[in-house]
Amino acid sequence: MTTENSIEDTGPERPEPLLSVRNIVQEFESRGPGGVKEGVVHAVSDISFDLMPGETLGIVGETGSGKSTLARAVIQVDRPKSGSVVFRGEDLTGLSRKELKKVWSNFQMVYQDPFSSLNPRWRIEDVVAEPLDSHRSLSRQERRAKVRELLDLVGLDPDTYLRRRPMELSGGQAQRVAIARAIALDPAVIICDEAISSLDVLIQAQVINLFEKLRVELGLSYLFIAHDLATVKQVSDRVAVLYLGQLAEIAPSDRMYETPRHPYTRALLDSVPGLDPETGVAKRPITLPGDVPSPLDPPSGCRFRTRCPFAQDVCAAVEPRLEPCSGGGFVACHFPLDDDGLTTNGHPEGAKAAQPA
Amino acid sequence: MSTTMTITPEPTTSDGIGDKPVLRVRDLQVTFTRAGKRIRAAKGVSFNVRPGKMLAIIGESGSGKSVTVRALMGLLPPSARVSGSADLDGRELVGLSDRKMRLVRGQEISMVFQDPARSLNPTMSVGAQIVESVRTHRTIGRKDAAERAIELLKLVRLPAPEKRFHQFPHQLSGGMRQRVMIAIALASDPKVLIADEATTALDVTTQAQIMELLVDLRERLGTAVIMISHDLGLAASYADEVLVMYAGQVVEQAETSELFANVRMPYTRALLEAIPQVSRPSHSALTVIGGHPPDPSQRIEGCPFRPRCVRATETCVTAPALQEHEAGHWYACWHPVTGALAPGPASGTDGEPGVLEPGEESDS
Repeated sequence: MTTENSIEDTGPERPEPLLSVRNIVQEFESRGPGGVKEGVVHAVSDISFDLMPGETLGIVGETGSGKSTLARAVIQVDRPKSGSVVFRGEDLTGLSRKELKKVWSNFQMVYQDPFSSLNPRWRIEDVVAEPLDSHRSLSRQERRAKVRELLDLVGLDPDTYLRRRPMELSGGQAQRVAIARAIALDPAVIICDEAISSLDVLIQAQVINLFEKLRVELGLSYLFIAHDLATVKQVSDRVAVLYLGQLAEIAPSDRMYETPRHPYTRALLDSVPGLDPETGVAKRPITLPGDVPSPLDPPSGCRFRTRCPFAQDVCAAVEPRLEPCSGGGFVACHFPLDDDGLTTNGHPEGAKAAQPA
Repeated sequence: MSTTMTITPEPTTSDGIGDKPVLRVRDLQVTFTRAGKRIRAAKGVSFNVRPGKMLAIIGESGSGKSVTVRALMGLLPPSARVSGSADLDGRELVGLSDRKMRLVRGQEISMVFQDPARSLNPTMSVGAQIVESVRTHRTIGRKDAAERAIELLKLVRLPAPEKRFHQFPHQLSGGMRQRVMIAIALASDPKVLIADEATTALDVTTQAQIMELLVDLRERLGTAVIMISHDLGLAASYADEVLVMYAGQVVEQAETSELFANVRMPYTRALLEAIPQVSRPSHSALTVIGGHPPDPSQRIEGCPFRPRCVRATETCVTAPALQEHEAGHWYACWHPVTGALAPGPASGTDGEPGVLEPGEESDS
C-alpha cells in the first residue's frame, strides 16, 4: 500500500525519526473448538508511521482495531509477520532475543490497570528499582537515591511512599508508581496502553499533566493508545486512526480534529459526547450504526465501506491507498471529506452529513 | 427504619407536568462496618425519578453512587446497614425482607452492569437466558416465553434476533451483549431501569448506540432510567436531570441544562475543568485540584470538599445543607460559583471571597 517514505510528514524542521515503522503486518491463526483451524486474524495490515524525538503519537480506534497489537509488534514482543521497525538506525525485526533485551530498555509500557502491573508483595522502592536491578549495577545508596529522584519526579513524596506496598495506594498513586518505574531507565519511548482509562476524572487530569511534564523535562516520545478521543487530542502532536488493522488517517491532531478527512474519523469524533465547559451546552453524539466486521474476513476494498455512509462501488473493488491530504497528514479514502465535511463524490449523504448536529 | 428527613428535595416539582415520581428516595443512609471501622458510604441521599425520565448520578469512585442504587436493589452485603426511605410506586424498599425483595428486584426495578461479558452466563445461549428471566417473573409457557424473548431482542434492536437467540455470549460483540443485558433487564417491564456504568467498557461508537437505545426505551416504554456514570459529557448529552455526589452526599442537583449552564458547586466545576476537550489545542494544561476524596471511615467536619476547595473559608467548617437556592437548582455550598465561568477564586463570589491555599491534603 504505502511505499517507502511516502508516510513522512513535511514539517518545518525534520530531524531523523526516532522510530520508523514500515509496512507492519501482524496475523494470527485462529482456532475454533477442538483446535480446528478457522482462519487468519488480520490484526494489523500494512501499517507505517514515524515517531519523532519528543513527539506524542496518539493511536485511536475501536476495540479490535489493532492498537495494542501494533504496539506489541513495534517493540517485537510479538514478532510481526513482515515489515520493518527501525529505531535509531537499527532494524529491530532482525535482532535476536538477547540483542532485543538491550534495546527494550528504551521502550517502556504503562498499562491500564496499575494494580495488576505492580507486584502486590513488593515495596514501592523495589517495584521502581526493578528495571534498574536488571539493567544497571548500582550500589545500595545509588539505587535508593535514584528511586527517590524518580518518585519525586512523578509527584510522590519518597519519605511517605518508599516503604509502602501497592495495595496501600490509590489508583492514581499506583499509576504514578508505574510511571516512575517506566522512566527509571531513561527510555526514549513510553507506550501508554489505555494508561489513564480506569482513573477518575480528576486523577486522570493529574496523570495527563504528569505525562506532559515528563515529555518536556525528559524529552520523551509517546505512543499514546486510548479509545477516548478527547484525551488523545489533549496529549498528541499527531494522531493515527486505526480501523480493522489498517490506518484510516494519520495527521497532526489539530487538523484531524477540526477537519477530519476520513469518514471513519468523522464518525468517531461525532460519537464523542461533548460538553462545552464555558456554556454548559452538551453535544449529543451522532451514532455510527453497525459493528466492526470480523478481522477473520475483513471486507474487500476499503474495510470501512460496510459502515460508511458515502461508500460507492469503487470502495468495494479497490483498496484505497494512504495518500497526502490537504491541511497535512495522510488519509486512506477514495472520497475524503473536505474542509466543510463534504465528500468529493457528490453523494447526497455528503451534504446531509455536513450539517452541524 | 429511622426516617429523619432533614433534607427533602423535591426537585422540579414546580414544572407541573403532574408526573408523579415512580421512585422517591429520602435520606438514604448506608453504613458498613469493616475491620471495626464504621464506613458511611451514603449520607442522606434524596431524589425523585419520574416515569420516562433519565436521572444521571455523577461522581468519582467512592462517592457513593453505586452503593446508593445497590441499596435500592437490595444488592448490598449483609454487613451493610440501610436506613431512610425508598418508595417505589407505593412500596417501601428499605427494610424489605430478602424474599420480598426478590419479587421486586428484576421485576419492578432492574439493573444493567458495566461488564456484559461477566454478567451473562457463558454456557447458556442468549435466548435461554432471556427466557429464564421472562419465566422467573411470570407464569408463562416455554413457547410464549421464547416469543417474548425474540420480541425483547427486537426491542433492543439486536440485528437478526432469531439467529442471535440461539447464539452464545462469546459470539456477540460487547455492544450486542449489552443489548442482551438490557433485554433481560426489561423482561418484566420494570418501572425503573438502573444502568450502572453500562457503557463505560464500550467503544465510543457503541456507547453512543447503547445510550440512544436507553433514551429511546425510556420514551417508548415510559421506563424511568437511572444512569450511574463518571462521565459528565455523557450525562449532559442524555440525562434529563443530574445529581452530583461527593463523599456519600448529594452536592448539586438540577435539570441537566440548568446544571451545566450554571454550575454552582466548586466540585462540579472542578470536574468540568478536568475533562479533556476535543476543542482545546493539544498540550494545553488541564486545571487540576490536588488531594483525595475524604476517607469514608473518618468523620468529616463541615463541607466534605473543603480541604480541596479553592473557595473554602472558615464558614465551611459548618456543613452546608443541600438547598434549593434557585428554582429547581439544589446545591450544598456556602460559596457557590456565580457569574462568568472563569476558573479560580477571583471570579465573583457572593459573600466573603476568602481564599485558602488549594489542596491541603492529608495524604500524598
